[in-house]
Amino acid sequence: MKTYQFSILKSTRLLFAIVIFITFLSCKNNKKEESKFTSSMEIPATVEMIATLTSPPNVPPPTGKRKAKKLIVDMEILEQEGEMTNGVKYVYWTFGGTVPGSFIRTKVGDEVEFHLKNHPDNKLPHNIDLHAVTGPGGGAESSFVAPGHEKVFSFKVLNPGLYVYHCATTPVGMHIANGMYGLILVEPEEGLPDVDKEYYIMQGDFYTKGNNGDRGLQPFDMQKAVDEKADYVVFNGKVGALTGDNAITANVGETVRLYVGNGGPNLVSSFHVIGEIFDRVHIEGGSSINENVQTTLIPAGGATIVEFKVEVPGTFILVDHSIFRAFNKGALGMLKVQGDENEAVYSGELRDDIYLPEGGGIQKMPSSDALPESEIPAKSMAERMEFGKQTYMQTCFACHQAEGQGIPNAFPPLAKSDYLNADVNRAIDIILHGKTGEITVNGEKYNSIMTAQTLSDDEVANVLTYVYNSWGNDKKEVVPSMVKAVRNSN
Amino acid sequence: MSSFFKIMIVLLAALTFHTIRSQEGMVQIKGGTYIPLYGVDSTAVTIADLSMDVYPVTNADYLEFVREFPEWQKNKVIRLFADGNYLVDWEGDLSYGKMLAAEGPVTSVSWFAAKNYCECQGKRLPTIDEWEYAAMADETTADARKKESYNQSILDWYEAPKSLKKKVGSTFKNYWGVYDLHGLVWEWTMDFNAVLISGESRKDVDKDSNLFCGSAAVGASDLMNYAAFMRYAFRGSMKANYAVKNLGFRCAMDVPQI
Repeated sequence: MKTYQFSILKSTRLLFAIVIFITFLSCKNNKKEESKFTSSMEIPATVEMIATLTSPPNVPPPTGKRKAKKLIVDMEILEQEGEMTNGVKYVYWTFGGTVPGSFIRTKVGDEVEFHLKNHPDNKLPHNIDLHAVTGPGGGAESSFVAPGHEKVFSFKVLNPGLYVYHCATTPVGMHIANGMYGLILVEPEEGLPDVDKEYYIMQGDFYTKGNNGDRGLQPFDMQKAVDEKADYVVFNGKVGALTGDNAITANVGETVRLYVGNGGPNLVSSFHVIGEIFDRVHIEGGSSINENVQTTLIPAGGATIVEFKVEVPGTFILVDHSIFRAFNKGALGMLKVQGDENEAVYSGELRDDIYLPEGGGIQKMPSSDALPESEIPAKSMAERMEFGKQTYMQTCFACHQAEGQGIPNAFPPLAKSDYLNADVNRAIDIILHGKTGEITVNGEKYNSIMTAQTLSDDEVANVLTYVYNSWGNDKKEVVPSMVKAVRNSN
Repeated sequence: MSSFFKIMIVLLAALTFHTIRSQEGMVQIKGGTYIPLYGVDSTAVTIADLSMDVYPVTNADYLEFVREFPEWQKNKVIRLFADGNYLVDWEGDLSYGKMLAAEGPVTSVSWFAAKNYCECQGKRLPTIDEWEYAAMADETTADARKKESYNQSILDWYEAPKSLKKKVGSTFKNYWGVYDLHGLVWEWTMDFNAVLISGESRKDVDKDSNLFCGSAAVGASDLMNYAAFMRYAFRGSMKANYAVKNLGFRCAMDVPQI
């Protein structure tokens, strides 16, 4: 009896809902969709929901058509050791265990109840200043939390856009420099338009006591930070966070949306994707949209949303176009696009003709005679392999790839390479002085340029030893004296 | 062998505890005038001569204390005086367990507990100004704040995780003969929250924002201020009943005027 009544009630309700829905639809057809509210402050948020947080490069699911809610955000602060690049360790301070911190996705009108937890093992007090907050300190004052404690505060998100959050505990610069930043997205009432892929990227500059590439645990260098002399400029907290196996992906024909922030602490980013044009850029993460943009500026403590359709397959390189940061300090990521070629859009190389207006002399890359020796020489074969791998990942990996497989038609393989194994002095010479022109490797012809590498004798010996003892090569050990001999013979 | 050692250590600690009511285990610090690092219009502070514990209070010391004063045992303490993290890593009321060393600094103690511990020995907690004064010294000089390496090493510690596992005396002995002021654990001071609530030394600055964006950005571009600001920030985040894993204490004493 009870059930019967209930189901009647239920179906009446359903009917009612359908009628309302239809009315709503017809309304929508007549008028342009408009908010019922004159101000975001009036949007009610009653139903509670626990926010999904994601670590980079992932983004939580869209808010879609959902109504504003009371959103519970649970975030833990962790001070922990991580790897800046191969062989270089760094103590990061993090929101949620990653740099940048977890991505928070909200909708205009949401009332966010923020739980900030400072892990008991942490040494320092922290807080959070969210640029999406309207209120003194952006939440910093109410969230100042000691190790082993949790602070709770709440705010209503009023303005749609993409916002940076960061720690604002003194010394602010140091907390940010150690990785305490992330992004919070406030979607408009109707949600952002659907796209196929969304990713989360954030640039940051890092200052270490040692120079770029110096091995071991590197402490933060306050003086370099004050002088704004960054040793590393990276996407997502470390060199290589978005390259190789960590590259972000898409398929031909898909639309990609990148939420890109810049944590700083100092540098401004000239964000660019090599081989793509941004169809749409939400300038500085706000409501104004610019179209057909090559490079967009992201201020420190700012963000941007870029969208583009990928028309052809290939690897697209994400860079800070202050370009030495990309190729020498780490600000480089990859978007790998799979699918069929579209030669109408991009033909690939059609011909390679000879063009010699100034004669046939090869342009030599500048090289310095006084190369610094690698600071710590390898003491054993095992160390030589370890250091060699580090040099390989920093210097060779981009072209010759992680397993030495190279890239067909462009960069010859180092794995099981007949050309490499035939002549060790030739290999040393190529690293020292570069190589141009046609060569045949494992039966395939390559006609490309390798520039001379600025490496010390030790580094050349290490990296070649690593290459010769990997991927089915014939296990030679190269020592610095061999490199020196080749260097002096020229 | 190791249990023998442990017994010896506990015995030694017990002996120390019972004889310590004098100035044993303490060194004298000659008073002086210095300018603290906080604020934009800092005024000089004058410190009278004082005695300070050579080492932070250890787990063994503290065990003796809770034996004598059961109201400070882990499960008997009044919550008003120590929050849920009080002695959180201790095994029980009368045992700090196997994970902690007898000679490791006692941490996860509240300000109330630390203050009471010192008082029970006829001592007191040092004030912020006294602590900062003693901590200006490196191995060889009374005021090493201008040395870049000194400040960098302090900053390095602020960054390095899990140094509290070390034993007391494992860092350096400073000019006054005091160990571990930097590099082991944070330490309670008598007026730890005075900087936040007084405000008088910074009339021009709104006190709310002092320890957030504002103050560090205005006056502190050099390392020495950064290190100090981190200590003040830490103290400012504390309340008297908080017990924190990286926070211990040591005691001090006035030197009688003759």
